[in-house]
Amino acid sequence: MIEIDNVHKSFGELDVIKGVSLRVNKGEVVSIIGGSGSGKSTLLMCINGLESIKSGSIRVDGTEVHAPGTDINKLRQKIGIVFQQWNAFPHLTVLENVMLAPRKVLGRSKQDAEEMAVKQLTHVGLADKLKVFPGKLSGGQQQRMAIARALAMSPDYMLFDEATSALDPQLVGEVLDTMRLLAEEGMTMVLVTHEIRFARDVSDRVAFFRNGLVHEIGTPDQVIGNPQKPETIDFLKSIN
Amino acid sequence: MFSTSFTWNDFLFLLQGAWVTLLLTLGAMAIGTVAGVLCGLLRALLPRATLPLSWLLDVFRSVPLLIQFVLFNSLKSIAGLNWSAFTVACIVLGIYATAFCTEIVRSGVLAVPFNLRRASRSLGLTYLQDLRYIVLPIATRVAFPGWLNLVLSVMKDTALVMWIGIVELLRASQTIVTRIQEPLLVLCIAGLIYYVMSLVVARLGARLETRWQEND
Repeated sequence: MIEIDNVHKSFGELDVIKGVSLRVNKGEVVSIIGGSGSGKSTLLMCINGLESIKSGSIRVDGTEVHAPGTDINKLRQKIGIVFQQWNAFPHLTVLENVMLAPRKVLGRSKQDAEEMAVKQLTHVGLADKLKVFPGKLSGGQQQRMAIARALAMSPDYMLFDEATSALDPQLVGEVLDTMRLLAEEGMTMVLVTHEIRFARDVSDRVAFFRNGLVHEIGTPDQVIGNPQKPETIDFLKSIN
Repeated sequence: MFSTSFTWNDFLFLLQGAWVTLLLTLGAMAIGTVAGVLCGLLRALLPRATLPLSWLLDVFRSVPLLIQFVLFNSLKSIAGLNWSAFTVACIVLGIYATAFCTEIVRSGVLAVPFNLRRASRSLGLTYLQDLRYIVLPIATRVAFPGWLNLVLSVMKDTALVMWIGIVELLRASQTIVTRIQEPLLVLCIAGLIYYVMSLVVARLGARLETRWQEND
C-alpha cells in the first residue's frame, strides 16, 4: 500500500505540491490527471524518492520513503517507474538493458537474469529484438522495453509518468495495450496520464490534480463521467 | 641532379628519436589519462568543492609548455632531485595532459543525460553502480574523440623536450641537419614520420569509434 499524507514539495520559491494525501491499495490502479504544472509528475518522483519532499510523509508498505534511515535503493526495487522519455541505456542491447538491474542490484546469476529478461521482453512483445541496440527501435518499442526493464525487478508497484506523451500517435496504442495487460494481471499501478479514455477504462480511481492539490477524486465514472467541480469539467473539456 | 648525403644510418637515428617520442607520448598520456579521469569525474560530480582544482589545472593549460619544462627542470635542480630528463619530461607533459584530459572527461560525464541517471537509480542501482555501468560507458564514447585529439597534440608537443636535452624525433633531425646541411629533406622525412605515427593512432581510434557507432 502506498500512503501519501499531506505532502508538500517546492522547487525553490515555487510550491508544486501543497498538501496532497492519497492512498493506493494493493491491486489498485489509480490514474492522476490534470494540467501541466499541477504537480502530478513530481508526486510520482517523490513516491520512489527521486525527488525529496518538504513536509508530510510517503509510506510504501509501511516504510517511510523520505526518512533518513531508509535504504532507498532497496525500496526502489519494488517500485518500478516508466518515464515519459523512455530512457533506454544506449550502450546496452535491449536484453542487457533489462538484465542490468536484476544482475547488479538483485545479484541474480547471468542465466537467471537472462531468463527473466527474455520472459518480460516476450511479455511486452519484443522477443525478436533481444540483441538489438535501443537506437534501432521505434519510440513505442523503446517504451515497451522500459516497461520490461522495470518489470524484470519483479516490482510490487508500477508508476507510469506520462508514458505515452512523447510517442507518435500511431505508437501510443501498443504501449497502452501493454499497460492494460499489466492492470488486468492485478499490478498495483499509479498512472499520470493525458489519455483520459484509457484512464477511464483501466482505473479503479481517478484523481484530478489542480494547483498542487487533489481537486476531485473518485471512480472513473464519477470524476470523468460525471465531474462535480467546475475546474474538472473545464479541464476535461479542454483536452477533448 | 639529385644527390644527398642522407644515409640509412641517419634514418635509423631518426627512428630512434621517433621511438623516444612514442615513449614520451605513452608516458605522458598514461599519467594524463589516469589523473584526468579522476580529476574530470571529481569536477563533473562535485563542481563546487573542486573549484580550486580547476584553478590549479588552468595554470597548466594556460602557461606555454616550454616555460613549464624549463621552470620544472630548474626547480628539480634547485630541489636537488636526481631525476632523469626523461622523467621530468613525462611528469611535465603528464600534468599538461591531465589539465586537458580533465576537461574532456568532465564534458563527457556532463553529456550523459540526467534522465538516464534517474532511470538507472529508479531501478535500484546505487550512486556508484550508476557511475560504473551507465555514466562511465556513455561518457567514454562522448569523450573519446577529444581524448584522441589530445594524444595527437601531446605527441607533437613532445618535440619541446629537446630544450631540456632529450634526443627525440625533432632533435634528432636537427642534429642531422647540422651535419649534412639539407634541412628541407631531413625535415620532410621527420615530418613524414610524425605523420605516419599520428595516422596509425587516428586510424585505431576511428576503428573503435565506428564499432561504437554501429550500436548507437
